[in-house]
Amino acid sequence: MREMVVSELSRALRDIAQGAARFLPRLVVMLLIALAGWLIAYLLKVVVRSLLLWTKFDRFSENTGTSQLLKRAALPAPSELLGRLVFWIVWLGFVVLGVSVLGIVGLQDYVAHFFLFLPRLLVALFIGFFGLLAATFFSRAVLLAAVNAELPSPRLLSISTRTVIIIFVLSMVFEDLGVAEHTMLVGFGIAFGAIMLALAIAFGIGGKDLARHFLEKKLVHGEKDEREDELSPL
Amino acid sequence: MSTEASTREPPSQPRTEGNSAEASFLTDDFLRQVMNVGEVDILVGLPTHNNAKTVGPIVEAVRAGILKWFPRERAVIINADGGSRDGTPDIVTGASIDDVRRGSKLYALRTLHAISTKYGRTPEAGTALRTILSAAELMRAKACVVVSPESTTVQPDWIQRLLRPVYNEHFDLVTPVYRRHMFEGLLMSNLLYPMMRAIYGVKVREPYASEFAFSGRLAGELVGRSIWSEESVRTSAEMSFTLAAITGGFRIHQVFLGDKSHTEHRASDLVAAIRRTVGTLFWTMGKNPADWMSAAGLQPLSTEGPEYELRVDPVRVNRKRLWQLFSAAVTDLEAVLRSVLSAATLSELQRIAKLEEDDFRYPADLWAQTVYEFADSYHKSVIDRDHILQALAPLFRGRIFTFLIENCNGTSAEEVENSVEALCFEFEKLKPYLVEMWRREVRIS
Repeated sequence: MREMVVSELSRALRDIAQGAARFLPRLVVMLLIALAGWLIAYLLKVVVRSLLLWTKFDRFSENTGTSQLLKRAALPAPSELLGRLVFWIVWLGFVVLGVSVLGIVGLQDYVAHFFLFLPRLLVALFIGFFGLLAATFFSRAVLLAAVNAELPSPRLLSISTRTVIIIFVLSMVFEDLGVAEHTMLVGFGIAFGAIMLALAIAFGIGGKDLARHFLEKKLVHGEKDEREDELSPL
Repeated sequence: MSTEASTREPPSQPRTEGNSAEASFLTDDFLRQVMNVGEVDILVGLPTHNNAKTVGPIVEAVRAGILKWFPRERAVIINADGGSRDGTPDIVTGASIDDVRRGSKLYALRTLHAISTKYGRTPEAGTALRTILSAAELMRAKACVVVSPESTTVQPDWIQRLLRPVYNEHFDLVTPVYRRHMFEGLLMSNLLYPMMRAIYGVKVREPYASEFAFSGRLAGELVGRSIWSEESVRTSAEMSFTLAAITGGFRIHQVFLGDKSHTEHRASDLVAAIRRTVGTLFWTMGKNPADWMSAAGLQPLSTEGPEYELRVDPVRVNRKRLWQLFSAAVTDLEAVLRSVLSAATLSELQRIAKLEEDDFRYPADLWAQTVYEFADSYHKSVIDRDHILQALAPLFRGRIFTFLIENCNGTSAEEVENSVEALCFEFEKLKPYLVEMWRREVRIS
């Protein structure tokens, strides 16, 4: 009995030792891949950041209002942010590659999924970035047009424009990432429909006199009497 | 007297050097007509678009002017039409010089030709002027004049007054001085004139003129430039033309014409006017900064007739509305203004925006500083350039409120002129501030 126990234990220890002997080199390889990945990722980060600084990307972002958005969210400058993003994506890619070297069966699927997900993540980031730029540009355009056209509540119009564009962009981003896409789609449809309905009701009931006056002026009297006392600028 | 057949010059070939650009955008039919007419001494440019109601008397005035003061010169009217649908080109080309002769007992020794060409389906000031300049170069015109098809006050002697300095005294550009009401052309008197005078050192009263004359030399110089595809040149050719003459060192002269025709304006016209004029000025400054940075002092500019003539009769103006628009805009546009203006200027604007109507004043020095910071922001594209120009409109209304208060009814023309001079002085005083700001790569708030 005692001998059997000793023999089983020694066999188990031998198996563990053999397993460890087989696993350790893979672990070392994984660590080496991770280390090399870190170095490559760091170098890429430096290159991307320098390239963006050289092309004055921060100034472009400042002009388009992206920098202000990032500042409000306590995030670093766009060149630094993109540099860090490149670092983490590359390094994580290497780490995941290293993990796959370990040969753990369950992890293989996750590794494959990760690499399939990467392009979609990049597209989502692209949509998000340019979507935010578009939201800033169009909300500012609406604000200025409303101020110069002497419309009531220009800031409300501008914020509404921005909100609608951001909701639209978010729904696109989530759809691209495949995160709750149906929920987002339905949510966006409901939100957009509700806004339009609210505006229609507000204009039709709340401002029916204004609507009548506006339509009469446009259709019956034409556009003549906009401002009788406007001074000639030129 | 000579008939058309006997007086027509032999058709001269268009210039071959440097005219490939013109040849590519002028229509074959137009080129054929230009070649048929040949060389001319005087060219009258008439850019039109659906001006059938007003263009008739203008053509008549032009013909009368040519007949009376330039009977021996070879002359042509070039109508550059932007797709009129009301028969405007037919009115221009259909009018006969005999109609003028009958009434005036004047006789021309040459034929006055009229050519019309359609350069596009929509009006575009830049293309219209480019067509006229190209024709002037091809026909080797000595002196050219452009007349607005909307000017209801054009007189036959305007043609002579504008053309004579170019034709006889070899000036390159003759700009007009109009008799205006003191509250008309406020963008001109409160921004364009003081700023251009301060930065370029030239006292051109009407940089955005409806009528102006120029030499064949200037036409030839400008038509060959690669500026015609630029947005600011296409939409505001008159302003670009004046600026090109100033920066190119051409000989400029001013001549008093008389009353400027009054056109009705709507609130939305202000932004469009700012785009056409201020936008073009800012764009030109950015294109060649050395032209204005190196300009020192005020250059003498000859003027025939009074340098200004103002009507001071009382008019009804809703000043309260201007003040309200300014105050509301400073609050609403805070985020935009923060990108465009320095912290000090913005805080000063916010301070005055809180003042009551009776206490509100937008001082000349603050206005000059604001405009210069807008110019610098436009140059550095801190936000979209068109947004910068749009943001200037409500601030301009605040300045106009102050101008109206300072020159209320009962003020003499001299006092109004003094007020404009004081503004010019502030613009001149702050020019070093603009230069310093311009040279910095980024705005330091």
